[in-house]
Amino acid sequence: MSVGAVDQVFIYFKQWLLSFLSGHAPDWAIQIASSLINIAAVLGVFLTLFALISVLERKILGRMQNRYGPNRVGPFGLLQPVADGIKMLIKEDVVPLRADKLIHFLAPVLIAAAAILSLGVIPYGRNMTPFVIDGGILFFFAVGSATELMVFMAGWGSNNKYSMLGAMRAIAQMISYELPLIITILPVVMIVGSLNPDRIVAAQRYYYFGFAPHWFVLTPWGFTAFILFFVSGLVESNRTPFDVPEGESEIVAGHMTEYSGFKYATFFMAEYLGMFAVSGLAVTLFLGGWHAPLPWLKFIPSYVWFFLKLSILLFVYIWLRGTLPRTRVDQVMNFAWKFMLPMAFTCVISAAVWHYAGHRLAAWFWSAVVIVAVYFTLSIFLETKKKFAPRTYRFAE
Amino acid sequence: MTLSIFLIVSAALFSIGLLAALSRRHAIFILIGIEMMLAAANINFIAFWRFTATPTQPIGVMVAIFAIAIAAAEAAVGLAMVIAVYRHFRSTNVDQLNQLKG
Amino acid sequence: MSAVAFVIISILTLSAALAAATNPKLMHAALSFAVMFVGISAFFFLLGAEFVGLVQIFVYIGAVAVLIVFTILLTRHDQEKTRGFNWSGVVISIAVFAGLVWAILGTKSLSVAPGRFAFVSVRRIGELLMINYAWPLLCVGVLLTAALIGALILVMEDKRE
Repeated sequence: MSVGAVDQVFIYFKQWLLSFLSGHAPDWAIQIASSLINIAAVLGVFLTLFALISVLERKILGRMQNRYGPNRVGPFGLLQPVADGIKMLIKEDVVPLRADKLIHFLAPVLIAAAAILSLGVIPYGRNMTPFVIDGGILFFFAVGSATELMVFMAGWGSNNKYSMLGAMRAIAQMISYELPLIITILPVVMIVGSLNPDRIVAAQRYYYFGFAPHWFVLTPWGFTAFILFFVSGLVESNRTPFDVPEGESEIVAGHMTEYSGFKYATFFMAEYLGMFAVSGLAVTLFLGGWHAPLPWLKFIPSYVWFFLKLSILLFVYIWLRGTLPRTRVDQVMNFAWKFMLPMAFTCVISAAVWHYAGHRLAAWFWSAVVIVAVYFTLSIFLETKKKFAPRTYRFAE
Repeated sequence: MTLSIFLIVSAALFSIGLLAALSRRHAIFILIGIEMMLAAANINFIAFWRFTATPTQPIGVMVAIFAIAIAAAEAAVGLAMVIAVYRHFRSTNVDQLNQLKG
Repeated sequence: MSAVAFVIISILTLSAALAAATNPKLMHAALSFAVMFVGISAFFFLLGAEFVGLVQIFVYIGAVAVLIVFTILLTRHDQEKTRGFNWSGVVISIAVFAGLVWAILGTKSLSVAPGRFAFVSVRRIGELLMINYAWPLLCVGVLLTAALIGALILVMEDKRE
């Protein structure tokens, strides 16, 4: 039974809700009500997930650093977001005297709006995409690229040199990594032939030999593209090791310095929602969306698989935050332009090689050869091997 | 929803862009005005495609895509020139860029 | 295509355009310029060209507006001295608008209703770009490369002294 009632339980619930209106309301009212139910569902799920992740992140980081995370507020500290929310709401909202009031107010609102908009095109389960747009992937990136302007507004509206510096670093980083972000999804779009996220998920529903899933991450170009996309997503959400814009030891809090209370919480929420959106897109494009990894596991509902894969990616995000130190700004830029962009173009070429070699085992081999050859050539050109020479100490012999 | 109403709106946008390009003294605003005029012309293309041509051939869409790309390139070069002029003259007021006058 | 949506979008776009053209404060004008592009993109969605609307948001708000804001930031020397609004510009633009409206309303063949609509998919646009419009695509690619290199050379500082 591949389409069970449990799988579509949310769709049936929504249709039951809409049946109250269908007798005596015009068509456009039903469409608006349907969209509102979708929006409410997305907001409800993701704001709860945001609250949960904010406490889970602190607990996981705490465990990695050999200490407990927050464990006082509820059972195992899980009601900590409630305490944090109350604290944020009752804080005084301090606006600098010479700040530009309109821009200072609008910046966190618009960043959160952009992050929530981009969550609307991801397929969360079978028939569970909130808004089906034919160019859905383009919509996602268009809204994400509007975030840069809002970050700049936040930095400039605060009339503070640390904010301005943080905003310029943030924009430089986000613009540089937007190119690898978009070019790494090009191979997937090329092979599927559509920008519609539903079609991309549907193209990954096959199983080779009855058990290996046809996910794009299991091809050489898909694996490389997934890693590059994941790293670019790290940078776009300003997470460690790329959180130079909010480096707490260097420029206070970057573009968020002059924000207190609820506005800071909105920035925080927008960053985490951006993280969810990028992880959701990575699951859709590379990890097979809401499909099960093995054919006999299809009885588990589709949205469970989606959120399971999303949780694994979020765990990797938190893991990286607990493990790696912060990179320097020029290292970030060099990495983007000199390494990630050529590797992203290589993925496109490798995907073309895989497609025209006929999807057989030889196709895997030749596309892997393309990627490995370019990787080693790039390493030689960028002279990264010299940095792995054995360490010699000057005084401590 | 006739074609004329869309054309009137885009004519209004074009004349507001002309206003920005003619009456402002900061070099960047002149560029903003030019971008507004280009965007108004794009609306014209898409409106004409939608209303009178056979909509199975997306010709207006093609022209609009190329026009957006060209406008973006022109904005980039124009802003680079504004920065270069600022470095030399320390001012972006176009009234002060009159060394070739007379 | 609903008239209500058209009225709302046109009010938003034209008021943002007016604010961008006449506001003496630089940053507010640049940001209302970005809002105007959202309005124009909404026009494209209303007319059924969704791909162009998305490309418009992506290119104009994500790139051109950021460029303009950066340039305003880098050339902030005389930021409050943009006084002296030139009234002859207003006269000329009203004259141009009047002329255009007279030409539009005088043409009988422009008062048509929308034609039969066939949904233009992104796949169709992609096919056209690669098959029929391949030459313009390559030329635009060369143009963008030339613009990129030209802009870089214009702003690069001479380090060869």
